[in-house]
Amino acid sequence: MQDNRGVWVYVEQNEGVIEGVSLELLGAGRKLADKLGVPLSGILLGENVKNLADEIIYYGADQVYVVESPVLRQYRTESYMKGVILLAEKYKPEIFLYGATPNGKDVASAVATDLSTGLTADTTMLDVEVEKRLLEASRPAFGGNIMATILCKKHRPQMATVRPKVMKALERDTSRTGRVIEEALEIREEDMRTKVLEIVKDVTKKSLTDAHIIVCGGKGLGDERNFALIHELADVLGAGVGGTRDVVEAGWISHDHQIGQTGETVTPKIYFAVGISGAIQHLVGMKNSEIIIAINKDPNAPIFGVSTYGIVGDALEILPILIKQFKHAFREKGGEMTYA
Amino acid sequence: MHIVVCVKQVPDTKIIKINPKTNTLDRRSAPAILNPYDAHAVQAAAGIKEAAGGEISVLSMGPPQAVEIIKKSVEIGADRGYLITDRAFAGADTLATSYALSKALDRISKEHPIDLIICGKHAIDGDTGQVGPGIARRLDIPPITNVIEVTDINKETRKVKVKRKIINGYELIETEMPCLLTVEKEINEIAYSPMPNMIKAARYNPVIWAVSDLEDVDKTQLGLKGSPTIVGKMFTPPKPEGGHMFEGAAEDQVKQVIDVLLQNKELFSVN
Amino acid sequence: MPEKFDVIVVGAGPAGTSCAYTCAKNGLKVLQIERGEYPGSKNVMGGVLYRKQMEEIIPEFWKEAPLERPVIEQRIWMMDKESTVSFGYKGLEWAQEPYNNFTVLRAKFDQWFAKKGVEAGVLLINETVANQCIVENGKVIGIRTDRPDGEVYADVTVLADGVNSLLGKQLGFHKEFRPDEVALTVMEVINLSKDKINERFNLSENQGCTIEIFGDSTKGNLGTAFIYTNKESINIGVGTTLSSMIKSRMKPYDLLDYLKTHPMVKPLIEGGEAAEYLAHLIPEGGYHSVPKVAGNGVLVVGDAAQLVNAIHREGSNMAMASGKMAAETIVEAKKKGDFSMDTLKGYKDKLYNSFIIKDLKKYKDATHTFENNPQFLRDYVPMLNRAASKFFTVDGTSKKDKQKEIMKTMTSERGTIKLIKDVYKAWKAVK
Ligand SMILES: Cc1cc2nc3c(=O)[nH]c(=O)nc-3n(C[C@H](O)[C@H](O)[C@H](O)COP(=O)(O)OP(=O)(O)OC[C@H]3O[C@@H](n4cnc5c(N)ncnc54)[C@H](O)[C@@H]3O)c2cc1C
Ligand SMILES: Cc1cc2nc3c(=O)[nH]c(=O)nc-3n(C[C@H](O)[C@H](O)[C@H](O)COP(=O)(O)OP(=O)(O)OC[C@H]3O[C@@H](n4cnc5c(N)ncnc54)[C@H](O)[C@@H]3O)c2cc1C
Ligand SMILES: Nc1ncnc2c1ncn2[C@@H]1O[C@H](COP(=O)(O)O)[C@@H](O)[C@H]1O
Repeated sequence: MQDNRGVWVYVEQNEGVIEGVSLELLGAGRKLADKLGVPLSGILLGENVKNLADEIIYYGADQVYVVESPVLRQYRTESYMKGVILLAEKYKPEIFLYGATPNGKDVASAVATDLSTGLTADTTMLDVEVEKRLLEASRPAFGGNIMATILCKKHRPQMATVRPKVMKALERDTSRTGRVIEEALEIREEDMRTKVLEIVKDVTKKSLTDAHIIVCGGKGLGDERNFALIHELADVLGAGVGGTRDVVEAGWISHDHQIGQTGETVTPKIYFAVGISGAIQHLVGMKNSEIIIAINKDPNAPIFGVSTYGIVGDALEILPILIKQFKHAFREKGGEMTYA
Repeated sequence: MHIVVCVKQVPDTKIIKINPKTNTLDRRSAPAILNPYDAHAVQAAAGIKEAAGGEISVLSMGPPQAVEIIKKSVEIGADRGYLITDRAFAGADTLATSYALSKALDRISKEHPIDLIICGKHAIDGDTGQVGPGIARRLDIPPITNVIEVTDINKETRKVKVKRKIINGYELIETEMPCLLTVEKEINEIAYSPMPNMIKAARYNPVIWAVSDLEDVDKTQLGLKGSPTIVGKMFTPPKPEGGHMFEGAAEDQVKQVIDVLLQNKELFSVN
Repeated sequence: MPEKFDVIVVGAGPAGTSCAYTCAKNGLKVLQIERGEYPGSKNVMGGVLYRKQMEEIIPEFWKEAPLERPVIEQRIWMMDKESTVSFGYKGLEWAQEPYNNFTVLRAKFDQWFAKKGVEAGVLLINETVANQCIVENGKVIGIRTDRPDGEVYADVTVLADGVNSLLGKQLGFHKEFRPDEVALTVMEVINLSKDKINERFNLSENQGCTIEIFGDSTKGNLGTAFIYTNKESINIGVGTTLSSMIKSRMKPYDLLDYLKTHPMVKPLIEGGEAAEYLAHLIPEGGYHSVPKVAGNGVLVVGDAAQLVNAIHREGSNMAMASGKMAAETIVEAKKKGDFSMDTLKGYKDKLYNSFIIKDLKKYKDATHTFENNPQFLRDYVPMLNRAASKFFTVDGTSKKDKQKEIMKTMTSERGTIKLIKDVYKAWKAVK
């Protein structure tokens, strides 16, 4: 355990494009590595992906471990896991971070089992206790507006998956340089039990995470019929629609609109939080939005803590006025609104 | 075909309310339920059984009261249920949980060889989603997570085809049985169970095993002892300051909001 | 061929579970069907559970049942706008075994009770609605539920489906309620710390108090309000007959809000946090409203048979007692192998010879008397308060003169003859 050194970030690439969360993690990992005085490494797997190594260095890594193989063309737990374990067993990192995406969580869970180490899921805060070299991975704890810091004292590497969009990527710096270390993976396609037959991208479905404006409604709207006002305001603004978990559970909107710890994390320019109390599990999914406008009839609702602007009042009264006044303002100014 | 579904008992987070003052769970009114994703997992197994025949077992690790969720699984369509319950399992994190479950699966497969294991995408109390892939690794079978559709199961070739959800779409994957799937809610709708299932479930008594009923168990890998992760501290995040609160009648407040937004050239520009 | 049971019990309230439990204990094959997520999930009661009838089903139940507090004090308030005349009884003997009665939260209690039934062998099925009795040749042979393949069969079906008994109505045993036959009660469970409750109600550990409130609690509507202490919460509620609510055009929640902010009540609940709102009907028609309770292959128990004594807020005890009587009748029928009306009629005889129907008969005119004489609550409670105020105010007048003065104002306000008549009427109704 004493030999384990260095902070690692699993860099997820899909079809040669690095996922945003991986860049964010390089930023977060940089801070941890600097505190500990160790190098930051990016872990890159795929077929013909070496060219991405420079990008990983530009975003903060000191070195990049690359494993290339035809069996890594598409993500598969079987092959990716083997590649990661190969590196981890040979180079022994002390901290290893993954993005909490479907593939990131998948590979991390498998790797943790084989390395027999701890894995903290869906972290939203990271820090390190330098003296004991302990990763402090914090996440909303079940049961309350409370965070729990999860520690892994006796096993290495200390691993965590981290929610997209909660950490900040560094500025891309093309003057940075670093080492690239390659390793070979001895698996043949014939040994693989799993095959990816086809990848289907749903391009029509615009992801909520891309929306510039989001109107999100909570339980405070009372019922599904009133929730239509959320859609109406979103229509006027050309915004995406979100809901809290309570609203999704109640069936007012489908799960892919859920914002928060178990849903999407979003960072739009404007976020309307309507009839939402502001539980921690919701806040972690939206608090990094640029402008947050909260509407709640309870002046003490925690949502006002993170809001840029707050309106205390009945959403059923406020929403129709908002809709009316926005429509009016747009008409008044002529033409449509675009986002700068 | 023998399908085993791993099911967990969780507190109903829909009903649980959090006491805003003490920040703790108000457990008084919170019944324990079958993890909703696991209900979909059992339903998926029932669907496969209908198409390919076979039988369905469910397996749970938890306190003795977890027999309730096994009965619930029988309502949805399980034929048989196993509960592993023992002090030694308590306090397990995902690593120790997958270890204990894999040992129980070993024993089940001795009596009834397993073709397919299904787990929920995650349990709503911890939201980790790590147990399913963990079990697969321990049994050295392929895991496929985030499954939204089982498109084909071929008993002869022992191949399984599924759709797996990825960012912005899905992939069609083929693998070999035995394998482990974790399922999303989209995979199916929970059917309203027919009366005969209800009666069967009300009568059903699951098989209950303690640690001593399992073979080759390394006790240091169980429960709290076998869990590398621990909760260090709990804290309330620093209370953010909050921003500007508007005042006045509703109409005025709305007007003020719209004014700030429209005056912000970064956000809006008139074309 | 679907399997057949000895008994199907519809509903898992106190009536249904008493019946199912007793049948199972006697070796019968019992299926119990409950529409709630679990027994008690939607059930409502002010919260006083009487020891006697429960004990007859499960002796010494208080040693394991989830009870809130043993009631050691019962208060009655005659409340006016800013005053109240109060009397009651507090007895420490009630703080000891075998106790007198208890406060309970139904969600917990019903669940526990039903579990005892399951342990005795009852097959309990939740989240299932019994939609219809299956009738063949004039005999009820089972029920149809809302589930696929949802028919189940039995020698006897027991309707314990509560006040609004849909199945009873379908069989034509009783008609839709008249608005004066039911009271609508709304209540809240208000969380409050143990210490605060003990302090405010002058109680020690494991002691409970009930307050029944007449007068200004209902804003002149016919009905009453109540405040009961649980372990760490308070049940507060108010109920009035539907007819009087319709007449006064008042919404039930307005009444409850009014009660909660009443100066006599507010200090008791202040700082508490509303945990639950509940609303439920209470059958108050009494003796005149009791429907047919026994038919060919079918029995009706508890609220479904309108067995509630509105004046003394007794219901759960009658539900349990009737459930048990039904069970005993079924056990006899099973022995004889005869489930016809002839044998099942035994239940009706038991019921009519018991305290239940006797009590209902005794108070048969109470509700109507009050309904037709609104002055009882509207005028006399304030009058009583004024009298008490006068009597207790120390102002140099002799007590004798005070009594004279009080009598004078009372009779001048309503006239001597009228007063005497009213008092007699009221006395007759509740004596
Ligand atoms: C493991 C776990 C994971 C979770 N994941 C998520 C997640 O991903 N996303 C998520 O959102 N939640 C999540 N939750 C649930 C979370 O804890 C909260 O319960 C939830 O966010 C509350 O939703 P809400 O704000 O819509 O409802 P409530 O908390 O009920 O709040 C409703 C608000 O509306 C206000 N209101 C009422 N009426 C009006 C009105 N007429 N006008 C204006 N305001 C009104 C009220 O004052 C109140 O503040 C999770 C919980 C757990 C335990
Ligand atoms: C506010 C209030 C305060 C009260 N206070 C007291 C008090 O302090 N003390 C007292 O002794 N009594 C009190 N009562 C009366 C008491 O609650 C009832 O008399 C008692 O609950 C009757 O029991 P029951 O089993 O007949 O009916 P219920 O308790 O109503 O049970 C009926 C059950 O049947 C189920 N059900 C109904 N229809 C169907 C169907 N079609 N299929 C399947 N299941 C069905 C219901 O979900 C329910 O669980 C009060 C009542 C109210 C409303
Ligand atoms: N104690 C348990 N018993 C049985 N299955 C479990 C248990 N814990 C987790 N699982 C399974 O693993 C899935 C993911 O759980 P988790 O990793 O805790 O989010 C669940 O949906 C279950 O299928």
